[in-house]
Amino acid sequence: MDNLKNLVREKHMYMTRIGVAVLVCLSMTSLLVYRLIGLQVIDREYYATRAEENRMRLSAVPPVRGLVTDRNGVLLAQNTPAFVLEVVPEQVENMDTLLRALRPVLNLDDVEIARFKDRVGKTPRYRSVPLRGNLTMEQVARFQLNRFDFEGADVTATLTRSYPLGSAAAHVVGYVGGITEEEFKKIEAAAYQGLTQIGKIGVEKSHENELRGTPGAKIVEANAYGRPLRELEYRQGAPGKNLVLSLDAKVQMAAEKALAGLDGAVVAIDPRNGEVIALVSKPGFDPQPFVAGIDRTTYKALLDDRKRPLYNRALQGAYPPGSTVKPFMALAGLEYETLQGGHGEYCSGSMSLPHSTRKYRCWKRSGHGWLDMAGGVIQSCDIYFYEVAQALGIDRIHTFLSLFGLGHPTDVDLPLEKSGLLPSREWKMRTRKEAWFPGETLNIGIGQGYMTTTPMQLAQITARMAMRGKGFKPHVVHAMQDTLTGATTLVPPEALPAIPHRHAQDWETVINAMVEVTASQRGTAYRVFKDAPYRVAAKTGTAQVAGMSQDELRARKLTETPFHLRDHALFIAFAPAEDPKIAVAVIAEHAGHGGSAAAPVARQVMDQYLLGQILYNLPADPGAGAPVAAGVPAAPVELIGSPGSASDDEE
Amino acid sequence: MSPFHRSSNDDTRVRKLFDVLHIDPVLLCLLLAVCALGLTVLYSASGHSIAMVINQAERLLIGLVVMTAAAQAPPEIYRSAAPWFYGFALLLCALTLVLGDHAKGAQRWLDLGVLRFQPSELMKLAMPIMVAAFLHLFTLPPRWHAVVLTLMLIGLPTVVVMVQPDLGTSLLIVAAGGFALYLGGLRWQYIFGALAAIGAAAPILWARLHDYQRQRILTLFDPESDPLGTGYHIAQSKIAIGSGGVFGKGWLEGTQAKLDFLPESHTDFIFAVFAEELGLIGICVLLTLYLAIVGRGLYIAARAQDSFQRLLAGSLAMTFFVYVFINMGMVIGLLPVVGVPLPLMSYGGTSMVSLLAGFGLLMSIHTHRKLLAS
Repeated sequence: MDNLKNLVREKHMYMTRIGVAVLVCLSMTSLLVYRLIGLQVIDREYYATRAEENRMRLSAVPPVRGLVTDRNGVLLAQNTPAFVLEVVPEQVENMDTLLRALRPVLNLDDVEIARFKDRVGKTPRYRSVPLRGNLTMEQVARFQLNRFDFEGADVTATLTRSYPLGSAAAHVVGYVGGITEEEFKKIEAAAYQGLTQIGKIGVEKSHENELRGTPGAKIVEANAYGRPLRELEYRQGAPGKNLVLSLDAKVQMAAEKALAGLDGAVVAIDPRNGEVIALVSKPGFDPQPFVAGIDRTTYKALLDDRKRPLYNRALQGAYPPGSTVKPFMALAGLEYETLQGGHGEYCSGSMSLPHSTRKYRCWKRSGHGWLDMAGGVIQSCDIYFYEVAQALGIDRIHTFLSLFGLGHPTDVDLPLEKSGLLPSREWKMRTRKEAWFPGETLNIGIGQGYMTTTPMQLAQITARMAMRGKGFKPHVVHAMQDTLTGATTLVPPEALPAIPHRHAQDWETVINAMVEVTASQRGTAYRVFKDAPYRVAAKTGTAQVAGMSQDELRARKLTETPFHLRDHALFIAFAPAEDPKIAVAVIAEHAGHGGSAAAPVARQVMDQYLLGQILYNLPADPGAGAPVAAGVPAAPVELIGSPGSASDDEE
Repeated sequence: MSPFHRSSNDDTRVRKLFDVLHIDPVLLCLLLAVCALGLTVLYSASGHSIAMVINQAERLLIGLVVMTAAAQAPPEIYRSAAPWFYGFALLLCALTLVLGDHAKGAQRWLDLGVLRFQPSELMKLAMPIMVAAFLHLFTLPPRWHAVVLTLMLIGLPTVVVMVQPDLGTSLLIVAAGGFALYLGGLRWQYIFGALAAIGAAAPILWARLHDYQRQRILTLFDPESDPLGTGYHIAQSKIAIGSGGVFGKGWLEGTQAKLDFLPESHTDFIFAVFAEELGLIGICVLLTLYLAIVGRGLYIAARAQDSFQRLLAGSLAMTFFVYVFINMGMVIGLLPVVGVPLPLMSYGGTSMVSLLAGFGLLMSIHTHRKLLAS
């Protein structure tokens, strides 16, 4: 009985325990469900987003860079296919067998193979690894022929930038190269998704944003190891815009050719709208090696070259303008009415300032005799312009030449432009802590002394002279073309404030004198232009290179002077004088006289532009559209006598 | 049931067949339902591996055979064999420490040439049998000296398994023994006292834990602190579960497992795959099935005829629940990641077989009831 009682009690206790256990189980299950509701209902959104973030990978689709052409559609920068042999290690059954098979096809060497294997080791196995870039068409063909023996290897085409005109337009077009670390810090990473290159100089740099385009994106589903499995979404990017430069490739080539053997620069501008027709800096360089990554030796050779081929003389070279400044001095004299009337000035071959024994000489030691303003310009008399400058004084010279933009960059749409130097009292006090000396004004009168200008500035002031004070900001980009729609947007010329002048006829007076420089037998550029079928207003210049005294230089013949001390030859001109279409500035370093060394260069540029003479054939380019003829075809013109044959009929 | 197809005679015959085989049809159906869900999700979690599903199905078959075999022996046999079974399991566990294979920094496996298994799984069965058999000797509730002896029976194998180290299994072993003790009528003051003692001993235990175990507990509380390291499991599993939402992404549509973001997706974390693909609704179905199994186990325990059978059946049922709770708790970030598989669903042979063997014991208890003398 007692035992049975015990059993009943035990059973009862047991059932209680089971009941408690059931309650505990249910409450623990509730805890689980409570937690699951938190995850799956309340925070579902958050976790769903996290799951999406996990699986989605953005992979950039780089845009195709815009083309650069000249005004006639001649390609200056293009994208050419390059063939790369790539290997996907995952798909290769036996890497050594594959490499052995590929070896004779590509002429692989051990170093290349070792480097390739190193890269393979560092890349996920599903990603392709380049084995050899820049395959020749023959290698591609040989590969394709036996492609079934090369499981896992494939030839892919990529686009590389190429420059059909090579060195001829390198300083304008520039080049692209790998993005450096400093550049990487500055750029907006999103705009360069998938891109490895960036414009380094020239238009490639200044119009990088337009040329580059907008990267597209592929959204792919990827697993935890980053392997893309399928494409979920394709986000369209936009290819870069095509640039149509105002440059005329034929004129550019003509200028390049005309400067052959010389160092210097040519800038030709259309004065009616500021468009740059040609811009040459010599010596040039081949931009192509920079694209693929220039090797150390080539780059060092370019950097160490004493003639500095990478330096863009047209924009960065600051040269004394020499006598090319004289027409502008004459104009200032007319404006401020400081020119002597009557017989004008008398040139005895030298002069000196009051209270000074220092003699200021004319380049013509025997003197020019009595000269008026026109005579001074035509014969480039130094004495005449010493007097003009003295009468004007440095302050008025500075004010007047500032109106032409000297002392400031022209703001052409190219990088790295220098401002040159237009000195003033204030400038000298600031930089030299010295007062201005009257004798320094005289030197400015003939474009020497502190004064420097860039060839771009010289071309620009010539263009403004041609336009009788009106002017436009120089620019090289004529239009931009949207590659998708084909719509072309012109870059409108940007007018500059006109140079005010009290007497409008003063412009004609000076321009007439400049025309006489080429038309009058006494003119310093007569020989070069005597047979030109258009009227040219011009001025020659010969700029001294610092280091030798005037007297010393005068005493020696050009050929006896050490090369690096020889004068720079300068020439500015515009034509046709009555209806200017082109303004040119030429500088030939250490080439001697402007009339003999620089003027022929300008003549050839103008002939090419104005007469459309086929002086130089462009490299054959199948990709270019039919070029529209520039200028009017004209009767063949006798070629100009070679530079160097000039006599001492100048300065 | 349509009378045209099945007569009550047929019904009786089927029931007779189950009686002869000592199978509880209710429990069997519930188990098979969970296993079917398990195989379905395994196909998805394994990355559509038919081979793994077949492999797992084979283990299920072996498990069912073992279960049926275990159900044939009457409970008395288990009671009398308990010390031998317990001793044998303890010996193997100890052997593992000396001879065991290393896997993931722990010695859990014993290679017997033909089969490689974890002796601690054996202990999970041996423990409740032993405790139940031992307590059967006393009038219940047990007096304090019986309790102390029971605690020693529980403690010894627990320590051996814990130093392997296998925290998850040792927890389950403690649970199995503890539940038997609890059902045996351990006084509430002892239970609460023990809970208090565990609370007090926690810092000491903490000091004795392995670094990786500590790290698991630490990252539990702040999994985001180390999203690529130890917290990665929990973080990714929560993403999988949470992103499943109420209705789930659909079978085979879970991205977390398919794209390998979820580690151990076919073993310990298979519940996350289930939750991602079948959502809260699927989970509720699964939980219901699990609770039904536990409920059936407790029902069997309630109807068992002596204290050994009651304690054993109740302990087995409750341990099964703890099994489920620990796994789900760790997968949803409620408990530390201790390496407990989801019963009947996670890929792996030993636990499947030992679990089904346990259910064989339950069936044995249920089908060997004698009619009480009126």
